[in-house]
Amino acid sequence: MEKINAELFTLTYGSTVRQLLIDNEENVDAVNVQLDKMGYNIGIRLVDEFLAKSSGARCRDFKEAAEMIAKHGLKMFLGVTASVSNWNADNTECSLIMDDNPMVDFVELPEQYSNLSYCNMLCGVFRGALEMVNMRVECWYVRDLLRGDDVFEMRLKLLEVTAESYNDED
Amino acid sequence: MRKGAPSVLDRPIGKGKTEVSLSAFAFLFSELVQYSQQRVTKTDELEKRLEVVGVRVGERILELLCYREKASRRERKLLDMLGFVHTNVWKCLFGKAAESLEESVDDEDTYYISDKELLVNRFISVPKDWNLNCGSFVAGVVKGVLDSAGFSAQVTAHYVKSELEGQSRTTIVMKFSPEVMAREQRIAS
Repeated sequence: MEKINAELFTLTYGSTVRQLLIDNEENVDAVNVQLDKMGYNIGIRLVDEFLAKSSGARCRDFKEAAEMIAKHGLKMFLGVTASVSNWNADNTECSLIMDDNPMVDFVELPEQYSNLSYCNMLCGVFRGALEMVNMRVECWYVRDLLRGDDVFEMRLKLLEVTAESYNDED
Repeated sequence: MRKGAPSVLDRPIGKGKTEVSLSAFAFLFSELVQYSQQRVTKTDELEKRLEVVGVRVGERILELLCYREKASRRERKLLDMLGFVHTNVWKCLFGKAAESLEESVDDEDTYYISDKELLVNRFISVPKDWNLNCGSFVAGVVKGVLDSAGFSAQVTAHYVKSELEGQSRTTIVMKFSPEVMAREQRIAS
């Protein structure tokens, strides 16, 4: 993968979040939704590149998919890894735990934005990418470095495994 | 506020060696363009919006680079400042210096920085009948750097068709304000 200086990415992401805050008149909830939406759009496209470049990566179930995101997906695009833990009994819910993330370098949340889920775009990316491999998920932050926790913890919940659908006429 | 980790001010500023994939940036930039496009009706409004987002990046890059590479000093002469943008800023953002830095033949307050393939435009294809250059984001970055360093300027991005190379390059045009030019003359005399 071709690489670039993370600072260009970090600052551009920050400036984008700032623009969303301006456009939504500082309505933090609306910004969280918009970030998730933009992430979703990225996820549905990004999965193709991931599958093409991760040579033969196959996930048979949700558990493997979560590991794949944590160990390879995040590494390929953001250069970080996460650990997967806190599985529920029937293996449909887990946590991805990240110590750091290049998106939040230089960032500190002012008090009036304490409900801003600054990295919410990442939730959208996971949701979009997994949907393209037939797993409908929900994703949200349980712990957030910017909101005073010691790590990022993203909760990933499998809603359903959809059947492969073929839309081609032929 | 980060309570768990040390605050931004207490952490080292980093050497700027951390990398992410170009794809991560390209996806983000593409979303930024699409999002901005939904909120405008004309291409020049779209360019303006991208510029505004770029300006905030430029302001921060100036601060970061001056601290890291210039021992908290910044350039005071116009040509040195232009060299700083062409070399230091470009290297930090795009991994290499810009291809050329030129002075306008007709206007002494106008300078050009051009690049054959601007990183942000690599994955962008513009419909033929649109007069749009998403390099306006980079123009914004340059404006952010120049304005906060005290060299206020109008900065725009244009495609320039080159007959020789058969492909179009992006030129960032910087037109400095009269105060800046007057100050230059005062310093020189």
